[in-house]
Amino acid sequence: MRELASRCLDLARALGASYADVRVIRQSTEEIVVKNGNVEAVLINEEEGFGVRALAGGSWGFASSHRLDNAEADRIASLAVRIARASALVKQADVNLGPPVVSVGSYSTPLAIDPFAVSLEDKIGLLLKADEEMRRVPGVAVAEGSLEFIRTEKLFASTEGSFVEQTLVESGGGIEATAVNEGEVQKRSYPNSFGRHQGTAGYEFILGMKLPENAQLIAEQAVQLLSAPQCPSDLVTTLILDPTQTALQVHESCGHPIELDRVMGMEASYAGTSFLTLDKLGSFRYGSDHVSIVADATVPGGLGTFGYDDEGVPAQRVPIIQNGIFVNYLTSRETASILGQSSNGTMRADGWNRIPLIRMTNINLEPGSWTFEDLIADTDDGIYMQTNKSWSIDDKRLNFQFGTEIAWEIKGGKLGQLYRNATYTGITPQFWGSCDAVCREWNVWGTPNCGKGEPSQVAHVGHGAAATRFRNVHVGVMR
Amino acid sequence: MIGEERIQELTSDLIGYSTADQTEVVVTLEESGLTRFANSAIHQNVMESNAQVRIRVVLGKKIGVATSNSLDRAALRRVLDTAMAAARTQPENPYFSSLPQPKPNRRLNACDNTTANCTPEDRAEAAGVVCAGALDKGLSAAGSVETGTTEYAVANSLGVWGYDTHSAARLNTVVMSDTGSGYAERNSVFFNALEPAAAAREAIDKALSSRNPVDLPPGEYVTLLEEYAVGEMLFYLSYMGLSAQAVQEGRSFMNGKFGKQIADPRVSIWDDGWDPRGIPWSFDFEGVPKQRVEMISRGIANAVVYDSYTAGKEGKESTGHALPAPNPYGPMPMNLFMSTGDSTKEQMLASVERGLWVTRFHYVNVVHPMQAVLTGMTRDGTFLIENGKIVGPVKNLRFTQGVLEVLSRVRAIGNHGQLVGSHGEGAVVPALLVDGFRFTGTTQF
Repeated sequence: MRELASRCLDLARALGASYADVRVIRQSTEEIVVKNGNVEAVLINEEEGFGVRALAGGSWGFASSHRLDNAEADRIASLAVRIARASALVKQADVNLGPPVVSVGSYSTPLAIDPFAVSLEDKIGLLLKADEEMRRVPGVAVAEGSLEFIRTEKLFASTEGSFVEQTLVESGGGIEATAVNEGEVQKRSYPNSFGRHQGTAGYEFILGMKLPENAQLIAEQAVQLLSAPQCPSDLVTTLILDPTQTALQVHESCGHPIELDRVMGMEASYAGTSFLTLDKLGSFRYGSDHVSIVADATVPGGLGTFGYDDEGVPAQRVPIIQNGIFVNYLTSRETASILGQSSNGTMRADGWNRIPLIRMTNINLEPGSWTFEDLIADTDDGIYMQTNKSWSIDDKRLNFQFGTEIAWEIKGGKLGQLYRNATYTGITPQFWGSCDAVCREWNVWGTPNCGKGEPSQVAHVGHGAAATRFRNVHVGVMR
Repeated sequence: MIGEERIQELTSDLIGYSTADQTEVVVTLEESGLTRFANSAIHQNVMESNAQVRIRVVLGKKIGVATSNSLDRAALRRVLDTAMAAARTQPENPYFSSLPQPKPNRRLNACDNTTANCTPEDRAEAAGVVCAGALDKGLSAAGSVETGTTEYAVANSLGVWGYDTHSAARLNTVVMSDTGSGYAERNSVFFNALEPAAAAREAIDKALSSRNPVDLPPGEYVTLLEEYAVGEMLFYLSYMGLSAQAVQEGRSFMNGKFGKQIADPRVSIWDDGWDPRGIPWSFDFEGVPKQRVEMISRGIANAVVYDSYTAGKEGKESTGHALPAPNPYGPMPMNLFMSTGDSTKEQMLASVERGLWVTRFHYVNVVHPMQAVLTGMTRDGTFLIENGKIVGPVKNLRFTQGVLEVLSRVRAIGNHGQLVGSHGEGAVVPALLVDGFRFTGTTQF
């Protein structure tokens, strides 16, 4: 890998690239899906490849291939430079990366149990046990569970002298119970929706979820939801979100707007832009005093945790919102230099065949001081919502509408009536401005399905979150 | 491209090497390039060469799948061994019947040489046309120009063999002023059919018209949905309930509705991988030739699509809509069509006393799958209509709306089908004029 990387960089430089970097990646993936007592999928994937990114004529080019040999290295390095020169045909200004970054080092995800050393039989057995527990509940139509394990070995080298080797390991899993009757379908997921909860960790992460032990509860709730009343509509009330829905709220209405490439229009045609224009840096009130958010690529186990980003910048912990005031974007070398800053290390690519983009690391809402029990007891009237089901937000990340799998009425400081099809809607800064409490029971939730870019890329990111309370929220849009 | 003969040698070697009861090998080779622009300049520009070999083995009713992007024969034999090991660890799946049997197959050859040989300079030139057009009007352009070729083959030990080639080209752009934006996209097998200048004009005109939008309260409006918006709704409709798996699990809006009227009688929706107006594919990821399936026929719930697994559960035959194995998501229609009508968009506009014109949607998601309810935002050109004319732009609105309700409240259907879509999924759809489209929120731009 090292020789191939050096060959690419030498050739790119010889062809006139003012900067080039190369990533060589080997990745192993194991996916298991169990449904209604049967193994629906066992997939084992091995892939490798390399990508060369080059600056020539002041513009970017990138080429990649799955063939790791010298002839292909020469073709790809040459092609990257040629593409960069083609980019320069439609240019407004030269790319400026700011001061050189020279990182030399290595990083490996700390593991207690290597997930690839655990037998397939054990993994399937765990899912089948949870599946059995769910199907034991009368009325469950579909019981489903999945596990995913990823090991990524990647080398990054640049013409500035960076040379970084990393081995990142992810473990993820989850279960879902679906109940159906005429005209209604209700699903409950554990510990999170989107199929699974995931972290940079070993098999201990899976065992810690206690999937079989939680299977019966979600199955019962799915069945109960079929006959539960519709969540009230067009109600303005107090809303408490569980930690996983708070994580989703942070992801959509905080994580994406702070990406500086979006702010600068670089994602305008696809994912959109951001309301968080440059004039707001350092002064904009994003939320109440209770809202403090950090971007932390160093938190142990987080799905957005690594040693170095894909520009070779070391992982960092950066304040984003301090007591409600917006203080930092997520940046790359190119975008940070426009602000006269240095990158805070958030450039990541979805594999060897994609360019790095600004991606969330672990965007964490700092914990508060409340216990969940005290928070409910302190709420006279409102709704408690748990586990995301539906999500949508406009292309500047202002108007959002989210739905959850399950909700409960809060009356006189106690959880009461169960509701189905709960939704809420709001405008980002007003919503976070209405936050008046964050709980202290805090966890980093993995979001393994963050889409961005063309060609499309899926990032694995994390969100530290706790149960959180918001006042005067518009609840319910279904009729 | 490495050609049919070399791929067949590779698949034959693997099937000959396998000791499984049944073996399937799917080979895909791709060459693609994407030139992306923003702020009227190319800022990202990529090319990729990739392959995938996907091996599925069957031991009794135990199934294992392993994949690799290597084409090395020895390495692929190890991948097959991995698939075998994965299969051995499992309990039997009683619902699995068999890999598909061979059927008469023919090549589509939906591959254009100009698209296949498109250079970075060609893509830059197309991007440059859009950027220059926007700059000339004091606007800013973002978007992408994408070209790619795919060579794909499926072989199994029962005698299935399919080989074909495919090309795709796409251009999309969002053109922006300080207060408004417009959109255009073009999709084709042929790079030369993208018409960057015409696409630029469409987006520029829309961007100029959408400056300084005003607030409009949410509510129900007669709404003209352009083809981009209709296509987005159709993709989600298909995802929510037009597959056999969704019906078998009881979570489709089609459950209990077969043979019943669920949309206006003028509305038919079908899937056809062979129609050259779409993004054609001749067979699915199990090598089964694509069948034309009319899911909604003259407004009546008629059929869903099958792969071999879901078909086997009902003793039916696959309709050729399998996704790559293992596939817990079920079969999917990927080549959608909706019937056209007899109205131009101008005629539809002229018939509206008060309503809205919607260019496209953003970030659509499912709220209630069995009621086919979606939510999402409007984007890149939303206009108020009064007395048959566009009065001016309005700020973007959120909708929360059942798709089947929309298809039941059709006032008029456009007389032209436009191909919309991306990433191998396409829909040829008309514009629609519908009554009582439900907008539930607003935003600030």
